[in-house]
Amino acid sequence: MTKKDPVHPFDLLDVQRELTEEQRAIQKVARDFVDKEVKPHIAGWYESSDIPVRELALKLGAIGMLGMHLEGYSCAGTDATSYGLACLELEAGDSGLRSLVSVQGSLSMFAIHEYGSEAQKERWLPEMAAGRAIGCFGLTEADFGSNPSGMLTNAKRDGDNWIINGNKMWITNGTVADVAIIWAQTDEGIRGFAVDTKTAGFQANLIKHKLSLRASLTAELVFTNLKVSDADRLPGATSLRAPLMCLAEARYGIIFGTVGAARDSLETALAYAATREQFDGPIARHQMTQAKFAAMATRLNTAMLLALHIGKIKDVGQVQPQQISMGKYNNAMGALEIAREARSILGGAGITTEYSVFRHMANLETVLTYEGTHEIHSLVIGEALTGIAAYR
Amino acid sequence: MKIAVCVKQVPDSWAEKKLVDGLLDRAGVDAVLNDLDEYAIEEALRVVEPLNEGNDAPIHTITLISMGPDRATEAIRKGLSMGAHDAILISDSALVGSDALATSKVLAETIKSGGFDLVFCGTESTDARMSVIPAMLAQRLGWAQLTFAGALKVDVASSKVEIDRMTDAGVESMSANFPAVISVIEKINEPRYPSFKGIMASKKKTVTTKSLSDVGVSAGEVGLATAWSVVDDAAARPPREKGLKVEDAGNGGDKLAEYILEKRIV
Repeated sequence: MTKKDPVHPFDLLDVQRELTEEQRAIQKVARDFVDKEVKPHIAGWYESSDIPVRELALKLGAIGMLGMHLEGYSCAGTDATSYGLACLELEAGDSGLRSLVSVQGSLSMFAIHEYGSEAQKERWLPEMAAGRAIGCFGLTEADFGSNPSGMLTNAKRDGDNWIINGNKMWITNGTVADVAIIWAQTDEGIRGFAVDTKTAGFQANLIKHKLSLRASLTAELVFTNLKVSDADRLPGATSLRAPLMCLAEARYGIIFGTVGAARDSLETALAYAATREQFDGPIARHQMTQAKFAAMATRLNTAMLLALHIGKIKDVGQVQPQQISMGKYNNAMGALEIAREARSILGGAGITTEYSVFRHMANLETVLTYEGTHEIHSLVIGEALTGIAAYR
Repeated sequence: MKIAVCVKQVPDSWAEKKLVDGLLDRAGVDAVLNDLDEYAIEEALRVVEPLNEGNDAPIHTITLISMGPDRATEAIRKGLSMGAHDAILISDSALVGSDALATSKVLAETIKSGGFDLVFCGTESTDARMSVIPAMLAQRLGWAQLTFAGALKVDVASSKVEIDRMTDAGVESMSANFPAVISVIEKINEPRYPSFKGIMASKKKTVTTKSLSDVGVSAGEVGLATAWSVVDDAAARPPREKGLKVEDAGNGGDKLAEYILEKRIV
């Protein structure tokens, strides 16, 4: 058996060749952070279905990871590709960690940054960038996921105030949030509110018994005559388009993030196959294993090239929703398939928390569904290609 | 106050070490900022940051000083991303193979002309592990030498620095007036991650590259030919011997005591 030094899957195509020194430095910091602060603990967090959100948020905030691609208000103001690369490294740790950062930066902070009043921005954004305030984003309801326009949560004017009633489902960080971005039907159309979660009438219930994204806090939000001021309404959000733009922002991060989970799965499988012996040799020398690696590495590199391409378009401010849909459509499914294949290479060892692959696989089942389901993204691409919206 | 922090780019300490012509292969492996130097940068930042608070332009500054190939700017950039203000890189083909004596000479000459009050160093570099540069610098500069600092306090008003010197022998309290050379140990702090803002700001910070003649050292005083030590060969560290496992059947303490006496551990 002849043996040469193995090449990292990303070095095969040198996919990162066009990254700037600054982008590489940002990616390296994110990777170092995950290696040191997350990987030693993640299996335990996952098993106990808990994650120290506040502690992590302060550390992430100190680096500038929260709302990192937003300008001003103590945000770092990096380019979109750098933000994607940070998501990649975070999700190489765990999809739950990347979800934490996505919900904080791309959903909650982005909503305030894009649609908030100056007072709302001054009040929340610097605190959220530092990780001292946590945000959550309430759009999805139990019966309204892919069709949010039918949402039942409503807000009625009461003088200078609004009274909000309704429920939201699957809300990341709902139980720890200081500010909730709540979307509701009004007589004037769908509106958004930045609500202090200490307000009477706001309740968050932790959703238990999850088999996926266990290192992430998921909640049901209940609003019972939740009274907020008109000053808490996001003045720039005048239709359903506003929350959908926030989601496009978050799913951009997922295009890169899923590549991270896939990379970690493949790296784990490669390392395992090099030392696991069956039939008098490492399983890495078996043709069946190598065929799996070839398919996984090709799929991983394809996903990374797609992510970097969309990053470049976003960096010049021209990215279209259907492009982001295609990125998520390809990369979430690609990552899931890579994680599944990696699990098969690890055999029985692959089903425990000792290795990352089953955890990534279970997480990616959620990632395939949230932030626009795989099915809806195929319809968005289908609409772009045919001009016919099949989901209406 | 001006603080200089001596930093070195070293091969990633996790990478396999190979010798090429008696010198450590530096080209074929990832190069990083010496881990131990990050503690020195962090400590210097903790000294100057509170003093600079409220000032748009920093009054108290940190300059990184490094000797190495042009590629060492990558390691320097990390220190600048952490928050150091500027940097000097002494880069010259004549420096290849320089030992600690030559390195300390070049660094000392660079420091002399910089008007520094304090020099911070890590305890050692993870490639050579000699831990002599701080002492050599103090000797060459004729400055006070405060090494192995596990805690540190700087009083700018009285130009005085105090440290807790932590070694295997115990803890000593030491102090000195400026100027002084200080080396810090890993216990002193937890180095920060470079912030993303810091990374972006580091691009605008100045790294001045100097040649040997710029710092006033002649090529004949440095390099492999003048080195006092030569590496003939190196071998991988032998694997660790298997440890002794003591089963406690009521006499575990006796067995441990026997082992300790036999190995003369105390």
